[in-house]
Amino acid sequence: MEPNKNKKIKKKNNKTFKDKIIQLSHGDGGFKTSELISNLILKYLGNDTLNKLMDSAVINGNNKKIAFTTDSFVVNPIFFPGGDIGKLSVCGTINDLATSGCTPSALSLSFILEEGLPVKDLIKILSSIKKVLKETGARVVTGDTKVVERGIADKIYINTSGIGFIPDKMDISPYKIKEGDDILINGGIAEHGAAILGKRKEFNFKSGIKSDCAPLSLLVNDITPVSSNIHALRDATRGGLASVLFELSEASHTSFEIYEDKIPVKKEVRGICEFLGLDPLYMANEGKMIVFVDKKDSEIVLNAMKKNKYGKDSCIIGRVSGKINGERGRVFLITKLGTRRILDLQYSEQLPRIC
Amino acid sequence: MINDIQEIIQSLNNYVLAENLVNIMEVCGTHTMSISRHGIRQLIPEKINLISGPGCPVCVTSANDIDILLEIVDRYDVTVFTFGDMLRVPGTRSSLYTKKSEGRDINICYSPADALDFAIKNPQRNVIFVAIGFETTIPLTSVIVKRARQKKISNFYIYNTHKLIPEALESLLNNKNVKIDAFLCPGHVSAIIGSRPYNFIAKKYHIPCVISGFEPYDILESIIMIMDQIQRKKPYVENQYRRVVREEGNPEAVKLINEVFEKVDSNWRGLGIISNSGLRLREKFLKFDAKINFPVKKVISREPPGCECGDVLKGLKKPYECRLFSRVCKPENPIGPCMVSSEGSCAAYYKYEKEKL
Amino acid sequence: MCLAIPAKIIRINKNKAEVKSMGVSKEIDISLVPSVSVGDFVIVHAGFAIQILNKEDVLAINSYWKEYLK
Repeated sequence: MEPNKNKKIKKKNNKTFKDKIIQLSHGDGGFKTSELISNLILKYLGNDTLNKLMDSAVINGNNKKIAFTTDSFVVNPIFFPGGDIGKLSVCGTINDLATSGCTPSALSLSFILEEGLPVKDLIKILSSIKKVLKETGARVVTGDTKVVERGIADKIYINTSGIGFIPDKMDISPYKIKEGDDILINGGIAEHGAAILGKRKEFNFKSGIKSDCAPLSLLVNDITPVSSNIHALRDATRGGLASVLFELSEASHTSFEIYEDKIPVKKEVRGICEFLGLDPLYMANEGKMIVFVDKKDSEIVLNAMKKNKYGKDSCIIGRVSGKINGERGRVFLITKLGTRRILDLQYSEQLPRIC
Repeated sequence: MINDIQEIIQSLNNYVLAENLVNIMEVCGTHTMSISRHGIRQLIPEKINLISGPGCPVCVTSANDIDILLEIVDRYDVTVFTFGDMLRVPGTRSSLYTKKSEGRDINICYSPADALDFAIKNPQRNVIFVAIGFETTIPLTSVIVKRARQKKISNFYIYNTHKLIPEALESLLNNKNVKIDAFLCPGHVSAIIGSRPYNFIAKKYHIPCVISGFEPYDILESIIMIMDQIQRKKPYVENQYRRVVREEGNPEAVKLINEVFEKVDSNWRGLGIISNSGLRLREKFLKFDAKINFPVKKVISREPPGCECGDVLKGLKKPYECRLFSRVCKPENPIGPCMVSSEGSCAAYYKYEKEKL
Repeated sequence: MCLAIPAKIIRINKNKAEVKSMGVSKEIDISLVPSVSVGDFVIVHAGFAIQILNKEDVLAINSYWKEYLK
């Protein structure tokens, strides 16, 4: 049998990464950096583009509008119930991209590693990232790794940036929000905040709360085809549901009315909030998408959300009640008693209190 | 539950007397918050005027007490534990939050027991627990100070600014400018002291008192009970919060407070010096007093110019009647303690009710 | 001035107890309620039980505290 002369021989990288902790040399751009990338990072995140290890990844835009976002992640603890900093970083960027209605396609990933970080922790983080990428189809196409001396960074910091191409004719933005729109959310609030707090040594709660950290691009892909009247999407993150509603009210110059008894809050989340004197409306989420849709399509969109694994508890929580003239956002909460109060921006981080 | 509340509101409308505004002072910061958060004022007749009182421990801690604490933090290498409430309260020049950003070892704790635990596990650190709060919290400080003495802990201290409620109420009643027709008494302070310490209010001043829980239903039911007493002109101390408060309170806790502390005069921010309204560690526990063990030079303290927290705390002014409210004094730039504290009347008004203003 | 929540005593270990409220468990100090037993309801402030609740009265006020103590 004649050998096939055209056959490219793919060199398989069989080398394993043997170091147990991250050292400064892993970040100096030399041999050890090369080992870290080829024998560890590419093993988890490798794809045709990333494997080329070019300084810039080249992506074909096909004349579409591009959504572009960036975010940095410095969370402590880096492992928490329901996820870790790796999952958090890629979900965060994927969700930001999803709010413009696009499918997230290409991400960059930069690590700043603290000298002494156990490699097994880095491996767990890489596995989490890989899992999310696999689920969503997004790819890491470029990246960077630096190592800093012990004490300069807190174990690991991650920066992710991402792009996605927006389908023609899709125009989803806060400026489209109009009076009469319904406001929907895909599930319970404050779960990420409560999961992180509950696990902190100084509070030491026992509960089943898990972070809601999740990639929502597929949920968005489920709802955009069923209605062309989805006006805006936003993922609720650090400042909580209240903060994101306030920002959107300002951006869209419309006022909102939110119904307290419709906002889903898991019992245990409320438990931790009650113990510590915190308000779930201002606590962090990492897997919640707020949807503004023309009233006539809210049922259809709601049903589509409920079919997605991250939207089973979806519900309508309020409506866009009017236009506003001033600069400041106006969000009103209709309490369980039927009374009305403002939902304002929080001015400083909530702290556990006795009073 | 909503049906019960509707019934209560119907009854309230029947009660309101034609002539006067009824001024009900809700003493406790947690009541202030609950009232604002649930929009209780929107449900009750306009003639029932709910006034916030001085029951916000952070709001009534004197600027000088904060300044001395900050001076200790600057001068000595200490680890400070505080409840979150206290972190941002402004002294004359600074706050614990600012000191923390400057690198001082300041930590939030959920419980005073955590501060003592830290001291035990870290004998090389001098640990100061900032002991604020009224009778709900004083027994907790008493437990840990007594425990520290039993275990011979030599690196643990308390910075004591505890204050007592009944004495403050009497001081308000003696103030000619203050017009109070009834008190909504603090539910959890009463869990400790019981209902008897308020008897003098009904007997000597003929003013109705109802000890109230914190849910909207509790507050509304308590207001009905007050209106009932006013109408029948039979003031006494009534307990709406029966599921928690007993007439005798928690005698074990009261005994412990008296074992560890003795009463002294105290300076309440906005109210001035009220006799026997503060506490000092008894002699055998004095070695745990931070002020004694970490002496600092005299600190000159000043209230911020224009700050009207005093009048707000006495119920003489509503937050929006303060010249600084919302123009200069806002949560992102609080001038006085009533705006900083999440329980302060000004913070509650700003956060929940300013739409009407 | 008094944030406190109702909780049920699950387990006692000398001067500490594990309590549960709204599905969340925490270890707290019971030095102020030395006569407490497993199954009692207490009110918890800053990591300490400050009073034992009157069971009949707790169960009588349905909606509010039932969900804390289920």
